[in-house]
Amino acid sequence: MRWMLLKDLQILRRSKLLVGLLIVYPVAIALLIGFALSSGPEKPRLAFLSHIPEGGQTIKLVGKKIDVKVYTDELFRSVDRIDVENRAQVLEKVRSGEALAGLILPPDFTTKLSNGGFNSASVEVVYNGDALKQSFVRSTVSSKLAQADAALARTINTVATDYVDIFTNGGHIDVLGTDLNLIGLKKTNTLIDSAIAIADKPQVSRKLAPVQNFAELSVANIDRVKDVLNTVEQPVKVNETVLSGSRAPLDTFAVALAVTISLMFVCVLLASGLLALEREENTFSRLARGLMPGGRLLAGKVMLAGGCAAVVTFAMLLGISAFVPLDFGRVGLWFAAIAVSALAFGALGVAIGSLAREVRAASLLALMLALPLAFLALVPSGSVSPALYDVIRVVSAIFPFKPALDAVNAAINDTTPSLGVALAHLGALIVIFGAAARAGLRRFALA
Amino acid sequence: MLAHTAALAPSLTVQGLSKSFGERRAVRDVSFDVARGELLAVIGPNGAGKTTLLSMLAGILEPDTGTVAQPDRTTARIGWVPQQTAVYGKLTVAQNLRLFAKLEKVADVDATVRRMLEQTGLEQRADDELGKLSGGNRQRVNIAVGLLADPPVLLLDEPSGALDPRQRERLWGFITALTDRGTAVIFCTHDIAEAERHAHRVLVLADGEALFNGTAAELKAVADADEGHDLEQAFVGFLRERGH
Ligand SMILES: Nc1ncnc2c1ncn2[C@@H]1O[C@H](COP(=O)(O)OP(=O)(O)OP(=O)(O)O)[C@@H](O)[C@H]1O
Ligand SMILES: [Mg+2]
Repeated sequence: MRWMLLKDLQILRRSKLLVGLLIVYPVAIALLIGFALSSGPEKPRLAFLSHIPEGGQTIKLVGKKIDVKVYTDELFRSVDRIDVENRAQVLEKVRSGEALAGLILPPDFTTKLSNGGFNSASVEVVYNGDALKQSFVRSTVSSKLAQADAALARTINTVATDYVDIFTNGGHIDVLGTDLNLIGLKKTNTLIDSAIAIADKPQVSRKLAPVQNFAELSVANIDRVKDVLNTVEQPVKVNETVLSGSRAPLDTFAVALAVTISLMFVCVLLASGLLALEREENTFSRLARGLMPGGRLLAGKVMLAGGCAAVVTFAMLLGISAFVPLDFGRVGLWFAAIAVSALAFGALGVAIGSLAREVRAASLLALMLALPLAFLALVPSGSVSPALYDVIRVVSAIFPFKPALDAVNAAINDTTPSLGVALAHLGALIVIFGAAARAGLRRFALA
Repeated sequence: MLAHTAALAPSLTVQGLSKSFGERRAVRDVSFDVARGELLAVIGPNGAGKTTLLSMLAGILEPDTGTVAQPDRTTARIGWVPQQTAVYGKLTVAQNLRLFAKLEKVADVDATVRRMLEQTGLEQRADDELGKLSGGNRQRVNIAVGLLADPPVLLLDEPSGALDPRQRERLWGFITALTDRGTAVIFCTHDIAEAERHAHRVLVLADGEALFNGTAAELKAVADADEGHDLEQAFVGFLRERGH
């Protein structure tokens, strides 16, 4: 096997253009995909559950009433809503992929807003899936929520402005059910003026009493003004619930994605090409006559392709770490994830190579398979029908791309499914595709 | 030269070999044997089944029925030179020879490679990439790879087709040297004159059937050749008489 490996390396060394392309092309694709992660469907589907009690639909702010519809109507202008009965249904809709995310308004939503202040109201957003999907959902949902928030903020702003007007010009405000008549800053000014005019008299203290009173009220209520304005900044706080898959920041997820894509292309193309070359050069029939047992021939190709690809991607990962902060303490895990993934891609490669008589046919087959696999593994669950999503999940599980992505992501970002689970999955695929390649070779060994 | 008589133990015995590709019966019930040091030419028109027959002897192709046996040295691999060159275009001549010598577990790799380079007259091209050689030179390397292990039985599928006359003479020179040392050689050819000149025996194959097995002189006699007609004309006449 050593001689065959050496021979394949010599062949690669003499195929500079091919090898160059093999490295540049996947890296370019990987970077493009990794960093051009764009938006999904226009109108995402949200499972919606409101716990707000009947009759509690209004937000009361210093005597003014704002209907909560200001918030929800704005939200559902740009979102398809699926009304559900309880929290369990929200989780179910999200888990099945029928809804991209779930939105739950708590019972105290309006009262919290009514009270305002730092204790501001919150909503709960439920979503599912890997970093890419979560990031997509979060950006979609949070932009929708921000629009609704802004609508609410505009309404609250009007209230605040009115409030400030009363302080300035005088008028009635409602504080905890008590009607207060404020004389306003302007009138206070006039009053102080006249008080100064009759200074050094006993009446002075009497004249200044309302001013004192106003000062007290102002001091007491200026905090409320601050509270109101504070609420205006972000009236509704979003509480996130992640069903599965812990969160990786998008940029480090993109790194895992870029690494896995490069690994797949280099490995699959190289392994399938090296094997098909034996057929193209007619040397396979020489080797098949007992010079080289099929299993060892395949193992050699898998190891060579996997080794080359692992070196290229590992170097790429080290290069990327200069720009994206990665945890270097996990470098051993990176290596394990890349090495095992490389073997799985190599096994897929030789399975493809065992079907082709020429390198060109093998490369075409490899590309035609690898590209859709990568895209399939990235389809967010809420963006297709649940049945189709199940099919995609199965297809993704029987090819090495998704588990390799999980492994690399887990190694870099400590996400779930854990590295161990992903590596075991890859191990099973190595065995399956290795066996498929052997069967493929045997079919042609005597032809 | 060794006598090629039936008294010698056969190096290879072929019994009732048949092979079909779908409906097409490429080889039908072919039986013969080859003695040590014997040179057997398999002649026949295009598509007669020569390559299919040799592939079965080489173990590349599983026969539908029939057996191939090496009575004396059963473990030794039969040497095989395929019709289409089977060497690595991206390796040099020497690298190809060395690789296959190692895979064949030849005792002294360097000496064997040197000997093969010398026999094929390719010492000057030893470090050239095979893909950049002429077709004839590539064929010379292809033949050399088949000879590396010094096999007891050697199969050559149209070995001289791409060679110039000088290289042909050279090839026959070392094939004759091999048969003199006891190697049994089976080769396919369209070149009847070559078969007549070098082969001890000819096997005529047409549409997968073995129509004749004997010496060139016997073939001429069977074909009832007129005086002055050569073997080629006898051969064509022979096939025509039998409806091929
Ligand atoms: N792998 C294959 N699949 C299908 N048919 C085949 C295959 N190999 C050979 N044949 C058919 O079997 C027949 C014999 O072919 P073969 O190559 O043995 O002929 P040949 O005598 O070597 O011809 P040539 O002198 O042109 O080399 C032909 O009709 C050919 O088309
Ligand atoms: Mg042929």
